[in-house]
Amino acid sequence: MPEMLSLSNDPILFISVMVAKILAVFIVVILIVAYATYAERKIIGRMQTRLGPTMTGPYGLLQPIADGLKLFFKEDIVPAQSSKLAFVLAPMMILVPAFITVAVIPFGGDIVIGGFTVPLQITDLNVGILYVVAMAGLGVYGIVLAGWASNNKYSLLGGVRSAAQMISYELAAGLSIIAIFMLSETLSLRGIVEAQSGSVLNWYVFSQPLAFCLFVITSLAEINRTPFDLPEAETELVSGFCTEYSSMKYALFFMAEYANMIVVSALTATLFLGGTAGPFAGPINILLKVFAFMFVFIWIRATFPRVRYDQLMFMGWKVFLPLALLNIVITGAVVVFL
Amino acid sequence: MIKEFIQGLSITAKHLLPGHSTTVDYPKQKLEPSERFRGLHRLVPDHDREKCVACYLCTTVCPAKCITVEAGEDANGKKYPTVYQIDMLRCIFCGYCVEACPVEAIEMTGEYELANYNREDFCFTKERLLK
Repeated sequence: MPEMLSLSNDPILFISVMVAKILAVFIVVILIVAYATYAERKIIGRMQTRLGPTMTGPYGLLQPIADGLKLFFKEDIVPAQSSKLAFVLAPMMILVPAFITVAVIPFGGDIVIGGFTVPLQITDLNVGILYVVAMAGLGVYGIVLAGWASNNKYSLLGGVRSAAQMISYELAAGLSIIAIFMLSETLSLRGIVEAQSGSVLNWYVFSQPLAFCLFVITSLAEINRTPFDLPEAETELVSGFCTEYSSMKYALFFMAEYANMIVVSALTATLFLGGTAGPFAGPINILLKVFAFMFVFIWIRATFPRVRYDQLMFMGWKVFLPLALLNIVITGAVVVFL
Repeated sequence: MIKEFIQGLSITAKHLLPGHSTTVDYPKQKLEPSERFRGLHRLVPDHDREKCVACYLCTTVCPAKCITVEAGEDANGKKYPTVYQIDMLRCIFCGYCVEACPVEAIEMTGEYELANYNREDFCFTKERLLK
């Protein structure tokens, strides 16, 4: 096995490979974000026995580009009573954590370039999961800031709801992952993928079905996805925290929502479904798993109504949190006694 | 509870299968209106000219007062409309004119795409109604 490529043994190659990897991942994520909006409109349309977009290009395939152009040329309104800096900062603060979380997700095995081993992952942090959880926690700042800076009661309510929701669900999500690294004995996402390699039955979805369900559901709540989209509940809060936003700033919120969906899908695939393992090449395997999760998220959105706020809190604190704790206890007992 | 969730998901999944769309891809694909659909009017031609005998019954019965008729006489002394005009912006497509006509000279077609750019284009003269 050749030596691992690092900054010390070939700086120029390392930096160029790094830039190439970052660009590749960024472009792929942006493309998925763009076409996730199209897929969502098309799939939800079909599920509601409508057609979805059909007019822009064949089968409406150019719709994301048309949407992007339209939003780009719209008037950018900053409310007179808002706090300007925070108002401009908020959409970026929500988008950046969504995008940089992808950095720790392995998207393939090792390849050899110029006599060095290059892992197909932007960076392998030995505290990978902590980083992911930290970035997820950072994402809520953007929403709260947007809600507060808009100086609008609906925005503020959306922001406050989002904060409460994040606190309630991050606990259960974090606790459900603990059971994973009790089994894998590492926090690095690469290590977790390796621990699941070998056979399909090694995937943690089979040894940790409860943690898997908990993680998917609480992640949906964490990224404010239906049926937990209370921060932007149209029926009661106009548009929640993004009520006052227009033009490209609104587009950033939109992109962040879909980027978060990609992150959660990729993370679930990595933690529970063996990450890059599968019949095809590594990147294709993980992409397929991500698409499958995105489809399920869209399917859920087309099917279920939004939960009520008290139901949300009840589920977070009285159902998911005890279940996650119970799962840790059971896993601990199995790890120690078997 | 789980059973209901699965039931809901299966319903939406069933709709996703091809052939379940109730929406019609409108400009490319059009639905056939029913036989009794009340669309654009048509003056029924009889040999070389319209059947209408300019009796003014349709203008009398029209609740929207959208029909303008001016009567004239031809060489044989038969009455015919020199002007027969329907203002489509006023017409409510009630079909009373068709019911009132004693000679069945006016009928309603399935034509429903009546949008236009100028007000003048909504004025349907005798020549346009005879088509």
